[in-house]
Amino acid sequence: MTALHTGRSRRQAAASPRRRRVSPARRSQLIAAYALITPFILVFIAMLVLPLTYAGWISLFQDRLIGGVSFVGLENFERAIRDERFHEGLGRVALFLVIQVPIMLGLALFVALALDSGRVRGARTSRLAIFIPYAVPGVVATLMWGYIYGRDFGPITQVLTAVGLPAPDLLASNTMLGSMMNIVTWEFVGYNMIIMFAALRAIPTELYEAAEIDGAGQIRIAWSIKIPAIRPAILLTAIFSVIGSFQLFNEPSLLYRIAPNVIGTAYTPNLYAYNLAFVNQDANYAAAIAFLLGLVIMVVSYVVQLGSQRAMRGGR
Amino acid sequence: MFTRTRTRRRTAVVVSAFAAIALAACSSTAVEAPSEEETEDALSAPTTLTLWTWVPGIEAQVALFEEAYPNITVNLENVGQGGEHYTKVRTALEAGTGAPDVIHMEYQFISSFRVTDSLLDLSPYGARDLEPDFTPWVWGQVADDAGVWAIPMDAGPMGNLYREDILAEAGITAAPETWDDFAAAAEAVREQTGSYLTNLPSNEGGAFVGLLWQAGAKPFGYDGAETVTINIDSPESQQVVDYWQDLIDRDLVAVDPNFTDTWYQGLANGTYASWQTAAWGPLFLSGTAADTSGLWRAAPLPQWDAANPASGNWGGSSYAVVNTTENPIAAAELAKWINTDPESTLLLATDQFLFPTLQSVLADDAFAGQELEFYGGQQVNALFAEISETIDTEFEWLPFMDFVYTAFPETLGAEIADRGDLRAGLTAWQDAVVEYALSQGFTVAD
Repeated sequence: MTALHTGRSRRQAAASPRRRRVSPARRSQLIAAYALITPFILVFIAMLVLPLTYAGWISLFQDRLIGGVSFVGLENFERAIRDERFHEGLGRVALFLVIQVPIMLGLALFVALALDSGRVRGARTSRLAIFIPYAVPGVVATLMWGYIYGRDFGPITQVLTAVGLPAPDLLASNTMLGSMMNIVTWEFVGYNMIIMFAALRAIPTELYEAAEIDGAGQIRIAWSIKIPAIRPAILLTAIFSVIGSFQLFNEPSLLYRIAPNVIGTAYTPNLYAYNLAFVNQDANYAAAIAFLLGLVIMVVSYVVQLGSQRAMRGGR
Repeated sequence: MFTRTRTRRRTAVVVSAFAAIALAACSSTAVEAPSEEETEDALSAPTTLTLWTWVPGIEAQVALFEEAYPNITVNLENVGQGGEHYTKVRTALEAGTGAPDVIHMEYQFISSFRVTDSLLDLSPYGARDLEPDFTPWVWGQVADDAGVWAIPMDAGPMGNLYREDILAEAGITAAPETWDDFAAAAEAVREQTGSYLTNLPSNEGGAFVGLLWQAGAKPFGYDGAETVTINIDSPESQQVVDYWQDLIDRDLVAVDPNFTDTWYQGLANGTYASWQTAAWGPLFLSGTAADTSGLWRAAPLPQWDAANPASGNWGGSSYAVVNTTENPIAAAELAKWINTDPESTLLLATDQFLFPTLQSVLADDAFAGQELEFYGGQQVNALFAEISETIDTEFEWLPFMDFVYTAFPETLGAEIADRGDLRAGLTAWQDAVVEYALSQGFTVAD
């Protein structure tokens, strides 16, 4: 989001008139324009550029309990590239991305289309109901699901045992990622649905009427008019989800308490960086990990964007 | 993640770099002891202190302190227990703001915070005078020639709390005296009642270290400067690990992580028939498993050698003052007062059931003679006081115990949880700790 904004503001800045003679009216407009972007630029510098620069700077050093601070150049990055724990974490979130994001966005799209079709009774209530999980703080959601998954006392286990079925351990090493996907899907389907739904509402209804006259049914309308029309919104949710997957932190960090042996300290790259900085006292290496993670996110987001643009062009 | 920042004072790093020299320098350049007048002024001025601790019911002691010093207000905050607490303290220290004045500090973490120069030396504030009042081995955990780094609150000699009724159901009438008896009992309990005799926590380094301590292992050592000794994978440890491997393979013990919902349930509903725990455990248990009151008994840990009874220590804590405090005099007084005032400490021992470190309280009949209904009227305190005498006091720590404990669930703990190869896990734990020590610039002694 931030990146998009900056891009725009930079372009605006570049497009502002050259320094020639400027009429007083124009000048006051200019002043107003700069005055209006200043708060953003200040916050942007203070909250993004400076911390980023600082993180980049400290990632070039090593700070040991014995031996203190020393400049090591790119050694931390080299170490990260060879770090198996970092690779494992990246692999895990990549798997998460490949499986969870399509499911979540598919569901969100389906619900948005269903609500938009106007055939759902109590659409307003259902819209709100689907959105509510997003309003539940991630921490609360994870604690709640942790309870639901619980092996001895959780409702899932209790129900299954009551009907005489073996209860799966939803917090074991082979099920944990799936359990986490379920939590995140539950949390974010509503959010993505609202974005898509808002985009759907902006489509002029004349198109539907025309399509209906041509004999198109609801499914055909959805496939040929609605989905292509809201492609930018879908792309937006996809990029948010890519970033969200790579940044996965709350869920593993909270489930660690319930299943410490399964999660460990490097389950996701963010959790790893956090533990490196605050348990291992190695903020420098943590900064290098965070930087590399940022790089990976940028590359993947770019690929997603590029891919969908190509698909859009191909579609036309 | 990009915004993750950290400020570390260079001076602190230099100090840790030349720890031995610098610590000496520290004590010589330390703040001079405040005069009586200064102390009095500081204690009567309106002051607000923040205390981070997880002692249940500490509100009572804080209220007594505020009564004694009406102008001092104490903000009591519980930011979590154990690892969570230390991570938050570290985060606040790294951030440079938001750190409390006084913190709960288990003995094994003192060196971890000293190596980063985060603790205030309490000797200028009269802490040296307190030495004779405390159990000698406990005092050794908080003070050395360079300074007094914390005021002891409680200790955690380990014993065995067990469900008398479940053992009786399995035909066992007395607490297992040796570990062999314990294994036999585990078999009987599993067969006759379906319960596990105990749970070997797969996430808790502290409890496991206590068991190693009992077996005479010396896994850690630190010379106060740059050299650490890491002997986790020793013959003594292997003996302990092999013992549990057998029980785990035969499904005679549970392997759940402790202090989780599953575990609380297990204690309360009889899934586990005993808990090998420290002297702070009895009260904790009576809160967690209130419905089973009267069914529990306390005994010493099962022994490796019944002729030479031994025990280990798990936890036990002190109050330390963070050296970023703006009110060192008042903060030091808070740490001292809560842990030495007769009314406060007796309350700690008899009400909060924290095992005392103060000689006067240990000898007090109001403490030792206390009969606890939860344990069928047993004098649990007197029992733990006896156990305390059998603890090997030559036990040392590494200056990075937080890493050692977080590495546990990923190495040995993971093998325990998966009912896998514990020996391999022990070696992995050793390797992880050595690697970390080397990466932090320590010399690892053989």
